[in-house]
Amino acid sequence: MSSEKIIPHSEAATKFNKDVERVNWHDETLWFVRAKRDKSAHQIADWELLRETASKIKNNVLSNIHDYLVEFEANAQRNGIIVHWAADAKEHNEIVHSIMAKHDVKQMVKSKSMLTEECHLNDYLAEKGIEVIDSDLGEYIVQLRKEPPSHIVLPAIHLKKEDVSETFHEHLGTEKGNFNPQYLTESARHSLRNTFLTRKVALTGVNFAVAETGEFVVCTNEGNADMGAHLADVHIACMGFEKLVPKREHLGVFLRLLARSATGQPITTFSSHFKKPRDGQEMHIVIVDNGRSKQLGREDFRNSLKCIRCGACMNTCPVYRRSGGHSYHNAVAGPIGSILAPNLDMSKNADLPFASTLCGSCTNVCPVKIDIHDQLYKWRQVLVKEGHTPTAKTVAMKTMATVLANPTVFNIAGKSGRFVMKNIPGMVNNKMNKWYDQREMPDVPEESFREWYKKNSRESKSKDNE
Amino acid sequence: MSSKAEILNRIKLNQPDLVADLPDLSLLGSEQFDVLETYKTVLKGIGGDPVEVADYNEIINYIKSNYNLEKRLITTLPELSEIASLDWKTVDPHSLQNVELTVIKAHFGVAENSGLWVTDDILGQRVAPFIAQYLAIVVHKKDILPTMQQAYNRINMEYGFGTFIAGPSKTADIEQSLVLGAHGARGLIVFLLD
Repeated sequence: MSSEKIIPHSEAATKFNKDVERVNWHDETLWFVRAKRDKSAHQIADWELLRETASKIKNNVLSNIHDYLVEFEANAQRNGIIVHWAADAKEHNEIVHSIMAKHDVKQMVKSKSMLTEECHLNDYLAEKGIEVIDSDLGEYIVQLRKEPPSHIVLPAIHLKKEDVSETFHEHLGTEKGNFNPQYLTESARHSLRNTFLTRKVALTGVNFAVAETGEFVVCTNEGNADMGAHLADVHIACMGFEKLVPKREHLGVFLRLLARSATGQPITTFSSHFKKPRDGQEMHIVIVDNGRSKQLGREDFRNSLKCIRCGACMNTCPVYRRSGGHSYHNAVAGPIGSILAPNLDMSKNADLPFASTLCGSCTNVCPVKIDIHDQLYKWRQVLVKEGHTPTAKTVAMKTMATVLANPTVFNIAGKSGRFVMKNIPGMVNNKMNKWYDQREMPDVPEESFREWYKKNSRESKSKDNE
Repeated sequence: MSSKAEILNRIKLNQPDLVADLPDLSLLGSEQFDVLETYKTVLKGIGGDPVEVADYNEIINYIKSNYNLEKRLITTLPELSEIASLDWKTVDPHSLQNVELTVIKAHFGVAENSGLWVTDDILGQRVAPFIAQYLAIVVHKKDILPTMQQAYNRINMEYGFGTFIAGPSKTADIEQSLVLGAHGARGLIVFLLD
């Protein structure tokens, strides 16, 4: 994906919106997940206290992350885990490859890890002749289609069962035209079971890492992380350093919030705590920076590192729901992705903080209380100042500032605007004017509010009465 | 400079000076509800089946009438040796691929999410609850705790691997249609023992 030309969010969203029926379906499906989240959250009397507590724990982590990392590494090593440090995506990929090479293994089974998406690990390993199979069903589907996931929790949410049926027919030989999700899932189960039984190396992500004990927690509904890890000779777990929590008891807070925020489930089916490798197994942890320490230094944006990747901000976002995950051209899409992406590459991702209405719904559902919409607003200012916004927009904004700052200019602009809209509408209602995209303009008023007010205010009326 | 030193240096330089205190967790988990009833309701809600039993004989009878005993049944519980094999804890984990039913015991359960805490000393093998077609877990009713808050207070045992299991393996990755039995067990019976 890195080498391909990036299509700006608004352009990709326009394309996504051409299929009205599908967009409506996408919108409704994600809103349904959001509604499940609400129902689940409302059943917990302590919900708001949990969010507040989780936020405070993460604030503590951000201010002590250096010491917690040192503590985590020492404890993990004591548990018999081999710990690696990667400054960036390239080093992460090299470390993973070196472990594969050491064992002379050419195949890997992988459970969901957004970090490896961020680092483009699959592409890197493919170039080295290593076959990676993603075992989460959603990821497996998009991998067969050579697409990236469109959602961090629901990787194939942009697809309909007909699409999946078509893909499985082509790759797994399932019956053509059989759209039954039960049948399709069963077919994938058979195929992937064989994968689990034959792979020597399994890679998983990390949901939480505990400084106090050196263990890490992986949450799945399918059991795919466990099937891979417990059958493989080598287990590699990759984590961004912000996944740390100070103590094991803090997991209680996050596990109560995570699945409820994500899908409305009370907890994921499996919340697996890996502390020591099993007898004869080798266990590795790769701790990755890749821009995170830089984000930690940006006072306005460091809170984004509190994210526990539940996806609630995407499910609720009116822009995400109607533009789809792929329009964000980043491993993490939606509101949170739009805060994380500019930190990685400001010029490539300058469009993303503008892919928001700033309605604030994301902030309201965030289980760790990240001020997401405020950060989107702040990124816009940084991006304009650093010259990353399109010239047309900058010129338009500057013109607007001049007009709004000067009453005489404002008056003239209003009058001429009304005249043009009424008498030569084609001059404004054309493809050049983005305001007319998918918008019906109201009838042009005879007079401006200012003119009306002059006539009708108490002052002018009392003058008339004199 | 090694990447480790480089990363830690940058973090030290960039992390906020103001140290936020850790919050008081004792304020959490005080919700009042019927623990056993909640446990059963939540478990059913996520596709698992609660079965209340008085003793191991009832478990044996239930398994006899609901599973094919000709298939491979394994357990860690000597009380169930009549119907399931105990002799598999040191075999190659891959050889468990044809197991129909695994029966294990949990340290405790959690009412708010129906999760059951198991660790490798009572799992027999780590892969045992995942690789079987069906899973049954025995837990004492007195060991059902209200919330995760109490659960982590209870976890003081040493383990190399531990997991909360809540319901059967599942996925909704195809058009949000719920399908039980993604990669792990297709069904979960929880025997609630007096």
